[in-house]
Amino acid sequence: MAASPHTLSSRVLTGWVGGCVWYLERRALQESPRRFLHLLRNVNQQWVTFQHFNFLRHMYVTQLNRSFNQQIKPKPEPVPSPFLEKASLDEAKTEIYKMRPLSPASLSLSRKPNEKESIELEPTPVIEGSIAVGTETKEEKQWKEMKLRVDDLPGILARLSKIKLTALVVSTTSAGFALAPAPFDWPCFLLTFVGTGLASCAANSINQFFEVPFDSNMNRTKNRPLVRGQISPLLAVSFAACCAVPGVALLTWGVNPLTGALGLFNIFLYTCCYTPLKRISIANTWVGAVVGAIPPLMGWTAATGSLDAGAFLLGGILYSWQFPHFNALSWGLREDYSRGGYCMMSVTHPDLCRRVALRHCLALVAMSAAAPALDVTTWTFPVIALPINLYISYLGFRFYRDADRKSSRKLFFCSLWHLPLFLLLMLTCKRPAAQGDAGGPQS
Amino acid sequence: MAVSRFCPPRKSCHDWIGPPDKHSNLQPVHFYIPENESPLEQKLRELRQETQERNQQFWANQNLTFLKEKEEFIDSRLKAKGLELRAESGQKATLNAEEMADFYKEFLSKNFRKHMYCNRDWYKRNLAITFFMGKVALERIWNKLRLKQKKTSN
Repeated sequence: MAASPHTLSSRVLTGWVGGCVWYLERRALQESPRRFLHLLRNVNQQWVTFQHFNFLRHMYVTQLNRSFNQQIKPKPEPVPSPFLEKASLDEAKTEIYKMRPLSPASLSLSRKPNEKESIELEPTPVIEGSIAVGTETKEEKQWKEMKLRVDDLPGILARLSKIKLTALVVSTTSAGFALAPAPFDWPCFLLTFVGTGLASCAANSINQFFEVPFDSNMNRTKNRPLVRGQISPLLAVSFAACCAVPGVALLTWGVNPLTGALGLFNIFLYTCCYTPLKRISIANTWVGAVVGAIPPLMGWTAATGSLDAGAFLLGGILYSWQFPHFNALSWGLREDYSRGGYCMMSVTHPDLCRRVALRHCLALVAMSAAAPALDVTTWTFPVIALPINLYISYLGFRFYRDADRKSSRKLFFCSLWHLPLFLLLMLTCKRPAAQGDAGGPQS
Repeated sequence: MAVSRFCPPRKSCHDWIGPPDKHSNLQPVHFYIPENESPLEQKLRELRQETQERNQQFWANQNLTFLKEKEEFIDSRLKAKGLELRAESGQKATLNAEEMADFYKEFLSKNFRKHMYCNRDWYKRNLAITFFMGKVALERIWNKLRLKQKKTSN
């Protein structure tokens, strides 16, 4: 992968410190909302890929500098993987890819929502005119040999396993581990870290394996390795197996069987329940929230060996967080969901969508008050977390009341920094180990 | 479809994948047919070909229908509002996302059964293709080993 600030930060996302780095990065992203916008128009993955965004931003700038003779605004184009295409963009390729412009949403805040002519049926404005003669050869240039190059493999596998999402999942696991009332054991932590990471890679790969034709039709997911034919389905499944088996084994025998069982269950839940359910029923959102809640649970069980109230509280926090995050994001993707056949609340039950988002914002407030009661944190925590909790609840209320893109975007952005900050505050207010304080029993 | 027009270089013995199709957004694959293609390899190739064609048909139709019905919806809503279809500047008049929400909901529920059928079909085919790919890979490894054995015995 090209070295970029984000690649570095991805690697740094280890342990609970990762939360900080991730948070800072999100803040940096917030400063460029415009270019950031189009990346939000996406369905499956809830986390934005910063590298993709950077690449696209570069493309956008490059394109604006060229003067095209066309009727529509220049749009940044999703340049295919730098691995297969060593040649830099030439204009012709740019034209052809114009056939599938990214949602025009990306470029200006002032754009109207319905300008999403991203159904890509507009004829390419330039090709059909003057350079029709050269079209065939240019189109033929678009064809790529489906030959796997070994040096491309790491990058391809990273994208297949949604490495950045994995990094975030592992961060929440680490937070669970760190918050558990047990002395911090480095070997155990590292085993949990690696095991959970491998399990997440496996689950993400299978998810992509199942969704190829659907991913092709969504702007952000259309550059995935299986969609682009950079890797065969057989290899993807083999890779998933090669991650799942050692991952779960590491968790079961290196950490404890409970953590291993949770890891295996989560892989199953994500690949066999959530993924197909997305196209069947809106219940997928709740299942997906459970999938997000299990990693911190795993971190906790890894440290303490048991599932107690504190573990469930942490799981509950992640569970509730998913709703304002995803529901707000999905509000702007309704067209893609409808066309692609995804059953999401934002399309089928818009009132429910907003109600649930608000409900869970308030649940977060309640859970931060429960944290000290369950001996996870001190009583300072709900107090210092109150401002951010009130703020996200306020944005949740605005989304509920206004039901427009502006409020949904604000809520989504808020959720991106709210979670890491929330977890960080929890960590700083962690209940100290039993030193005769009357707080109650530990684990 | 663009696949038929494409001709891979003679030296190549791999499949080739093209740019996303205009209507279906799927990337067509031009399958390589080796000279000594085994029956299993042929079966796999034909399965992949057929799946590709079915997917292409489904998604091209789906996307075109979506566009068409979207246009019709916008037109009918604008007419109901008594608005012109084109504003003075010549730009096409459009509805905002909240107004379109009804259309999205209706379109999704109308096509639900079609998607159910397509999903089931796709899952079955995808798993079958992957399974056959595994079989073909094993067959090739087996053949290579047999060849090596023959060479060492000679």
